[in-house]
Amino acid sequence: MSKVEVFQQQPSGAVAAESPFHFSRQRNPLAPAKGEAGVIMAERPFLTHLILRGTPEVLLGGVRNVTGLTLPQTPCSMNSKEDKSLQWLAPDEWLLILPPGSEFSTEKALRGELGDGSYAIVNVSGGQTVLELSGPNAREVLMKSTSCDLHPRTFPEGRGVSTVFAKTGAIIRRPDAQRWELVIRRSFADYLYRWLLSAGAEYGITTQER
Amino acid sequence: MFYIHCPYCNERRSEEEFHAKGQAHLMRPANPEEASDREWGDYLFFRDNPRGLHQEMWVHAAGCRKFFNILRNTVSYEILETYPMGEQSSVLAEMTAGRERGEPRRAAGAVA
Repeated sequence: MSKVEVFQQQPSGAVAAESPFHFSRQRNPLAPAKGEAGVIMAERPFLTHLILRGTPEVLLGGVRNVTGLTLPQTPCSMNSKEDKSLQWLAPDEWLLILPPGSEFSTEKALRGELGDGSYAIVNVSGGQTVLELSGPNAREVLMKSTSCDLHPRTFPEGRGVSTVFAKTGAIIRRPDAQRWELVIRRSFADYLYRWLLSAGAEYGITTQER
Repeated sequence: MFYIHCPYCNERRSEEEFHAKGQAHLMRPANPEEASDREWGDYLFFRDNPRGLHQEMWVHAAGCRKFFNILRNTVSYEILETYPMGEQSSVLAEMTAGRERGEPRRAAGAVA
């Protein structure tokens, strides 16, 4: 067991949580797309985001035991299973995304498994959120805003990159053939929401509550 | 717009993801207390500004956020090699070896 003190960072039930897009959605009520929507934008709020840092040798076994996911060691790749995903960010850094509310239990379990090894686990759930794009024109909308090559030939399923997006930074991921995910900073959420509404207007964009 | 190969991501990404971070392979005097003012001043303040090949540190700021080294020609902007921190340039080593063997200099530029 590690000596690091871990505490429950989520307030108990009495405090209502508001997603980073709470006010964006009120200020920009969407007119329904004329005809069939080319892009469907959906937020996946309140997910658990944990940054894992350390060498693969230290993290591999413990992470597999706790999450059931294998640490991806190929650059710019991610492993996902159901609603969990683990993405390579740097040779010593990974992003673990889990269902909402599992920060505390997961971090405790990981520290229990990994013991006193040399590693770091940081809960960044409050700092970033996931925006999901699907629909026939999702890739075109993303292509307008990034210099990263998103062609299926170079951007297959299971790839995720951290790159420049709409003059700011974002992680672009492709969990499966139908969906694109953007992991964005909370403070840029409203900006990117409006940017994507504008970029997607020509294809017909609609938002979906999940 | 350049495409730069990041040795950690192991792929080419657009230049806007990177930032230049100055001259590479600067060695901090092993024992600063015994270093002369000139040595210490050189280490802190003075940088090469060659016309030709230059080894620089760059950082993949929007990507993996790792520092790495670039061997770059300051005249033609050609990037000859990118390699991880802690390693030495293999292209430069090969050019030096080639010169010692008496081969003519390659067109990329003179070694500063």
